[in-house]
Amino acid sequence: MSAFEAVIGLEVHAQLLTRTKIFCSCEVAIGGEPNSRTCPVCLGLPGALPVLNAEVVHLAVRAGLGTGCTVQLTSVFARKNYFYPDLPKGYQITQAELPICLDGQLLLDDGKVARIQRIHLEEDAGKSIHGESGTRVDLNRAGTPLVEIVGHPDLRTPDEAVSYLRELRGILVTLGVCDGNMEEGSLRCDANVSMRLVGQAAFGTRVEVKNMNSFRSVRDAIAYEMTRQVGVIADGLAVKQETRLWNMDLARTESMRSKEEAADYRYFPDPDLPPLHLDRIWLENQRANLPELPAARKDRYARELSLDRNTANWLCEEPPRADAFDRTVANAPELAGSFATFLMSQVQGQLQRHERPWSDVAEAMPTLLRICGKWRAGQLSNRMLAEVLQAGFGDSARTLGAALALAEAEAGAVVSDDAALEPVVDAVLGQFSNEVSKYRAGQKQLIGFFVGQAMRQLAGKADAKALAALLIRKLEG
Amino acid sequence: MTATAHLQACLAEIAARDGRIAAFLHVDEVAALARARELDAQTQAHGPLHGLTIAVKDNIAVAGQPMTAGSRMLAGYAPPRDATVVARLLAAGAVLVGKTNMDEFGMGSSTELSGFVPTRNPLDLTRVPGGSSGGSAAAVAAGMAWAALGTDTGGSIRQPAAFCGLAGLKPTYGRVSRSGVVAYASSLDQVGPLARTVRDVARVYAVIAGRDPLDATSVDVPLEPVSWREDLGGLRIGVAREHLDAADGLDRQVKARIEQALAELRARGATLVSVSLPHTRHAIAAYYLVATAEASANLSRYDGLRYGQRTANPPTLDALYTHSRADALGKEVQRRILLGTFALSAGFQDDFYQKACRVRRRIAEDFSHAWQRCDVLLGPISPVAPWKLGEKIADPLAMYLMDAFTVAPSLAGVPALAVPVGRDAQHLPIGAQLIGQPFAEATLLAVGDVLQRAFTPEAA
Repeated sequence: MSAFEAVIGLEVHAQLLTRTKIFCSCEVAIGGEPNSRTCPVCLGLPGALPVLNAEVVHLAVRAGLGTGCTVQLTSVFARKNYFYPDLPKGYQITQAELPICLDGQLLLDDGKVARIQRIHLEEDAGKSIHGESGTRVDLNRAGTPLVEIVGHPDLRTPDEAVSYLRELRGILVTLGVCDGNMEEGSLRCDANVSMRLVGQAAFGTRVEVKNMNSFRSVRDAIAYEMTRQVGVIADGLAVKQETRLWNMDLARTESMRSKEEAADYRYFPDPDLPPLHLDRIWLENQRANLPELPAARKDRYARELSLDRNTANWLCEEPPRADAFDRTVANAPELAGSFATFLMSQVQGQLQRHERPWSDVAEAMPTLLRICGKWRAGQLSNRMLAEVLQAGFGDSARTLGAALALAEAEAGAVVSDDAALEPVVDAVLGQFSNEVSKYRAGQKQLIGFFVGQAMRQLAGKADAKALAALLIRKLEG
Repeated sequence: MTATAHLQACLAEIAARDGRIAAFLHVDEVAALARARELDAQTQAHGPLHGLTIAVKDNIAVAGQPMTAGSRMLAGYAPPRDATVVARLLAAGAVLVGKTNMDEFGMGSSTELSGFVPTRNPLDLTRVPGGSSGGSAAAVAAGMAWAALGTDTGGSIRQPAAFCGLAGLKPTYGRVSRSGVVAYASSLDQVGPLARTVRDVARVYAVIAGRDPLDATSVDVPLEPVSWREDLGGLRIGVAREHLDAADGLDRQVKARIEQALAELRARGATLVSVSLPHTRHAIAAYYLVATAEASANLSRYDGLRYGQRTANPPTLDALYTHSRADALGKEVQRRILLGTFALSAGFQDDFYQKACRVRRRIAEDFSHAWQRCDVLLGPISPVAPWKLGEKIADPLAMYLMDAFTVAPSLAGVPALAVPVGRDAQHLPIGAQLIGQPFAEATLLAVGDVLQRAFTPEAA
């Protein structure tokens, strides 16, 4: 296995966040009565003509600028010809020779730069629903605007592929180009995977892997495919050029169709759509008005807030998360580092446990920052913090912010004044006289034991620092 | 004369003669009469075409009326919306008489290739009316409508107009919306009017022309009103040697009519200048590659799935496609789909489709050069007078060659007007083609009007 390396390139389809379809004014949405969001254009009725949605161009240009592409001032729509029941015109309108963006790049976690070959605009097809009584076609999705982002085969490991996809997704979501939802298919990823001997320049035979709807699937499918191809080669056989589907349940790729008889799509410029010309000044305006991108944001977190790479990556993975974080710590920059760690280590787990969406946290951020501050200052004990979070996240009757504030109020304050702590401390020292002797003989680590015992007596509501200080005074005084 | 009386005269003509001529595929008498009565009940004129009867080629959508484009593939299909040109006619007060016969999907030059019935020339029932807008031309020539809409991809308005003794305009590409018009070759298709006189053509043209937000290839160039003229002083008429002296297969009598037309224009003050359109001889080849390539994609939607004809109980999806299309599409349509598919195929696209596109640009340059020396060009439309039904049906190539003079302006996107210029010895109508500069339809129409009146003074 070690003698081989993988050559991986990703093709990513991102559904654009427009209100209407790419060539007609039907609404873009998920679900609904089949064929309810259709019109003569997206049904392909005789005589219907496509008219390009300007917002589609705007978003594709943002995608290109965000990924360092050269946006083309002239691009051309083309027809890709094939017959399929969910393709109503018998051709897909896409861009072939002259796409809207060329030559971009993404910076991966390991510091490597992976190149993007092109970004082109195209319309989505409908959906074929195969059932027992035959196949039915729903054209609600037909004409949904997509960009296809084609990467160079610069990736070598499943982790690099995931890093590429995460980075790309972060950019698209930050720019409002795509909602980034892989499960619902608004972000779809196909991987071209081949194997070659380390040091060999030529590429091996390439297999296209489809049907991966999570980062995990991408990683697992590529890893599986690498092992499978090495196995084929080890058996003295040739890897077949084909398309394979990732079967998540069986954790394997399965042959879908052979590419030996390569389809001829007979691309040619679509005569219904004039070449798309962009204004240079408009384009420069677009470039100047891009928001901060994830890579710059991570750098800023490292530079200004001293966040470690893991925490910064985690925050930036979901741009709305980082947006809410930035808004919240704007007035408390000194708390930013500990608050980020708090979100990742304490809040993330609660979210998953209670199956709540991230947007709940975004709303509750100011409350969480206050709770985090109190906890860091010792005004909330670990136990109290856990109880507050558990109560707040478990309360579905009110907003998370309100629920947390309520739990926080109910938790009250820690006991920290010596007058209240002293009777408990005295009782603990009296109860564990053996340990007291050992401590005084030099086993200073027993301080934790005494704190724990006292804390238990105080139902976890004591200020641990004040408790430890009092214990030390009593033991050493 | 009321709209109703006007329409009833048309309907009487249809009842009397259309069984033999077959200009119409569909006439909805009840709807047309209701419309005419509604217009007659109005105290003010509804618009510039108030109460005028217009026949519509069957590849142009009229909401709720059948639309077949002359193909059995679309038998039973009715579009949900009006084509933009139809909406404009209705807004101008026109009465729609019915849908006219055509060569299937516009692919033909005689209307013998209709999927339903051939249309006959009202001026000589043994002869073809031209095509593909043969039904529209026959309807107007037979007095079944005041004017008609046709579509022109490579001559499909001009040639039937010439064959039926009418005027017919193919506007500049982009001048008239194609929205709601069944596509044959999208970069060439244009809608235009056919009528007895150039002035009537101009009236319909003024209503249907103009930018349409539903057609991205329609353009926003202001329409100039036509200044009708009596003399042509200062006007330069170009005569291309490729259209006359050096033209292959040009009938002697047609040539004589064109030469007389030139003489008439000179007599009215125009200056004649010789020009050359050197790539004319490649126009047929380029046209039949570009048009069929686009058609091969445009006609893919006729797959038997969502509308139109579907074969019964296909065993597989492939069988559904191939049987539905093989059964319902005519031989000429299948021939052109195959030719276009071949022209676009990997390994052949450079030598065929791409090369044809390069020739197309050269042809456009030929016209650009000519405009440095002349204002309009005059030449023949068809190399021969209307032929007999069945005469050329067995030889597709011979039929294609009939388009030699009309396809070049289509490829260049420039406007062209058919004007009747008298009859030959057998009393068959001959038409001349005036070709204009892009968006200079007003000049074209003004010159065409002078020319028509030189031959038929009453055609004002």
